[in-house]
Amino acid sequence: MSADISPAIQLRGASKIFRTPSGGLHTAVRELDLTVGRGEFVAVVGPTGCGKSTTLTLVSGLEEPTEGDVLVAGEPVRGVGDKVGFVFQQDATFPWRTVLSNVMAGPRFRGVPKAEAKQKAREWLARVGLAAFEDRYPHQLSGGQRKRVALAATFVNDPEILLMDEPFSALDVQTRALMSDELLELWSGTGASVVFVTHDLEESIALADKVVVMTAGPATVKQVFDIDLPRPRKVESVRLEPRFIEIYREIWESLGEEVRITRERGAAHVA
Amino acid sequence: MSPDVMPEAQVAPTMTEPGNKTDRAHSRARAARRRKIAVMAARVLLLVAVLGLWEAFSRAKVIDPFNFSMPSKIWDQVYAWVMHGTAQGPLGEQIWYTLYEALLGWVLGVIVGVVFGIVLGRITFLADVLGPYIKVLNSIPRIVLAPIFMIWFGLGPASKVASAVVLVFFPVFFNAFQGAREVDRNLVANARILGASNRRVTLQVVIPSATSWIFTSLHVSFGFALIGAIVGEYLGATKGIGLLISQSQGTFNTAGVYAAMVILAVVALAAEGLLTFAERRIFRWKPTGSDS
Repeated sequence: MSADISPAIQLRGASKIFRTPSGGLHTAVRELDLTVGRGEFVAVVGPTGCGKSTTLTLVSGLEEPTEGDVLVAGEPVRGVGDKVGFVFQQDATFPWRTVLSNVMAGPRFRGVPKAEAKQKAREWLARVGLAAFEDRYPHQLSGGQRKRVALAATFVNDPEILLMDEPFSALDVQTRALMSDELLELWSGTGASVVFVTHDLEESIALADKVVVMTAGPATVKQVFDIDLPRPRKVESVRLEPRFIEIYREIWESLGEEVRITRERGAAHVA
Repeated sequence: MSPDVMPEAQVAPTMTEPGNKTDRAHSRARAARRRKIAVMAARVLLLVAVLGLWEAFSRAKVIDPFNFSMPSKIWDQVYAWVMHGTAQGPLGEQIWYTLYEALLGWVLGVIVGVVFGIVLGRITFLADVLGPYIKVLNSIPRIVLAPIFMIWFGLGPASKVASAVVLVFFPVFFNAFQGAREVDRNLVANARILGASNRRVTLQVVIPSATSWIFTSLHVSFGFALIGAIVGEYLGATKGIGLLISQSQGTFNTAGVYAAMVILAVVALAAEGLLTFAERRIFRWKPTGSDS
């Protein structure tokens, strides 16, 4: 398989088993098969705590699969590669660095000269609308602004693969819609392949080309849906289109079942 | 003092009833100011009362003036030392000697403690191997090492520096270790994704996030460094405040012991002030109020 035509990401029968602190074994994902094409935006939805995030850590190289293969651009993943960008659910900006220095961190870690890194960082800060805030520290920003810093810090590395782990779940509803639009805009110019993990079905349909529904944990792919809504999209307005609602119903039929299973398990666990 | 303040506080609400906003803000500001003054006055009063009673009881022979001395005599002693020097040379020289030993011991202890703490915090294997030994060493009351250092390093500053180092090392080590262990895993993951090598993660993520832990221990450990230096000098030295104390004790000069204590307190407070100043500058990135 030549590297040029191979898909951006391929998981083949990937499983991940963690050892819990109490000595037991916990299967987070099992026999996962998933292909993400180049430049494709894939959203992964599933019940809370089913192991969606583990999929991302496998692709990023932060964790190794216990079984199966993970390929990025046709090459098996060994450790953290330089093609990958990752936006975390929690705040992962460095609190002791200024906004500018936070965005410069990636290029600097990769050996880009300081002046060049600074210039690139300023460009991306301007693009996320934070040019005036470069000397601030993260604690002086709002949650949405910190998320923008995280986006700029990720995009400045020109990632071919963008992994996002419920990046906007901590934001309020209005900010979230705004950030989703901004993400689509930033992404549209890059040609990066995106895997976007969320438990919000609406968000996933509004953003993605393809929605992957995961089963209740241990997670594996249940069903894949193509989203044929035209781009460019505006998150707020696309939600109201009849086609959107149709797709939503279709996917919810599949996802709702898994959510129910998870909930019943939780109830059984409590009882 | 407080009877003056109370009526004012009770009057304030009635004044605000007309609903004049600036009026209310005014009276509140005035009440706050008055409170501040009252606190300060009470502090001064307490000090004057304690010192005055001490002086009076001592002069009236209610307490033995020879054993307990009195503030005026202590003041005379400090004055004499400042103006005419001590038996072993000028007072400044004694202070400088003690400070020098304490500072050197503190700096060395902090460096070794931080390096060990970070290294063991990062390398779990080493931490597992050395853990029990460090626990055992920590359980020894380390001040008993001072006589041994005296034998090893003699009467000079080296033995005092050594006692200060062992006293400083442990609190700093444990805090640095804890700090390195409790680094936010997200930050480490993020740094690695952004392309940081292991060395970079240690230098630019682990160490910065451990600094607030380390700084907490710096405050405590400077006090320990002073203890190390003083005890070392007390056991045997040619210069220093500890020697001043032991000589005053040897000549039954109670006022001398107290005077040395006063000088020590001033030195320790000054050092503490400097440290707080440095901390403020280093932790500009922190939200105010999250750390004292």
